Amino acid sequence: MIETIGITKTIGEKMILRGVNLRINQGESVAILGTNGAGKSTWLKIVAGLLKQSSGDVLLDGVPRKKDDYSKQQRMGYLGHQSFLYEAFSPVENLHFFAKLYQLKSPDERIHKLIDDVGLSFFKHEPIRSFSRGMIQRLAIARAILHEPNVLLLDEPHTGLDQQAVSLFNRLLLDLKAEGVTIIMVTHDFPQISTICDRAVILRKGRIAEDEWIQGRPVSWIHSLYDGEALSS
Amino acid sequence: MKHLFAPAMAIAWKDLYAEWKTKQTITTMLIFSGLVIVTFSFAFDPSNQAVSALVPGMIWVITIFSGILGLNRSFMQEKQNDHLHGLMVAPVDPSAIYLGKCMANLVFVLLVQLISVPLLFLLFDFHVITGVGLIYFVMIVFLGTFGFIAVGTLLAALATHSKSSEMLLPILLFPLVTPIVIAAVQATRIVLVDQEGVSAALSWMQLMAAYDVIFFVVGFLLFEHVLEV
Repeated sequence: MIETIGITKTIGEKMILRGVNLRINQGESVAILGTNGAGKSTWLKIVAGLLKQSSGDVLLDGVPRKKDDYSKQQRMGYLGHQSFLYEAFSPVENLHFFAKLYQLKSPDERIHKLIDDVGLSFFKHEPIRSFSRGMIQRLAIARAILHEPNVLLLDEPHTGLDQQAVSLFNRLLLDLKAEGVTIIMVTHDFPQISTICDRAVILRKGRIAEDEWIQGRPVSWIHSLYDGEALSS
Repeated sequence: MKHLFAPAMAIAWKDLYAEWKTKQTITTMLIFSGLVIVTFSFAFDPSNQAVSALVPGMIWVITIFSGILGLNRSFMQEKQNDHLHGLMVAPVDPSAIYLGKCMANLVFVLLVQLISVPLLFLLFDFHVITGVGLIYFVMIVFLGTFGFIAVGTLLAALATHSKSSEMLLPILLFPLVTPIVIAAVQATRIVLVDQEGVSAALSWMQLMAAYDVIFFVVGFLLFEHVLEV
């Protein structure tokens, strides 16, 4: 369970988050929506531990996040705007490095399976510097789920993926969702939201403007929710 | 400890392996040190006894300046794909990043010294040191290099947040490394030129050891705050 209580974040003189109270239970899949600069990515980074909030608390399983609580970090997967991958390394070498960071025991089988799952089997040993944006994103997805996290934080994960990769990635996410993995996804991609997410949270000017269950709702309904709430001033 | 040493080794291995594949940092560092040695060997007459007094200083000129080239790259390459965030979201003690980077940077600089110092001795027709003098020399080089890397790694991480990090690092670094550079040059001069007073180098070595411990511990403790800047 993830809960943020009264989270604020100020960078310079700009207040990006203005008291975000949000509770996400284990196994939920939640889309975080909002216009550019609404504070979606900042909130996600605070939950991931990449940014410190100016005030407020982040609770993981009901306990405030501590900087040296590595067991919580071990359970979290994060996919940001950047891939975090090393260009000189091949997919196998990259995933081996992250397996060492997460101290996975005998990761070889999982690494090869994940590379196959994301459709990069033929490029396993090629340095990724020659990869396209979509191929790197596929590998970044494999990196984020390598350590089998039970909370997955995704920041615009569908960016750069072709149609085949999008359906492959969605299938992967739905499998994880079925296994009880919490999925929190910052995105602007409405069709993907309706496929994967049960709940949509709309941020506006650093505050939660709307928090709705969207299971079974058509994409047009999510659009109207977003247009009505996120863009109203 | 589980989240310190194993990740530190993984990060050091990653840097060394990436360098093995690309050879970008070491090549730049070696070219710089080669240029310094060749330029000075033509500028001064190696047969002149007085010129041998330059050698201790030149060893540290090569170390400091080629080291800065390596330190700059050490964290710049982590910015490319936001790698530092990749390390920070992993269950890794922030000090492990410092430790791993220190290990990799130390290996790079020691490797450059291993190649450039014999070349320097050769082109300056310098006498070969043996026995106790050699042991002292190796210890001085290690202590001086370790202190420089301990401070340099911390400041390189700090400078990487700036857009002009390549300019900022030397500005931050020089005031802080001045004590260890003075101690290292003095101790090296005693061992290489004034061999009869080898024991006098000990006090400089003690100063270097104290500097190394203080700045390594400071770097180790402060690194997580540097990442948050």
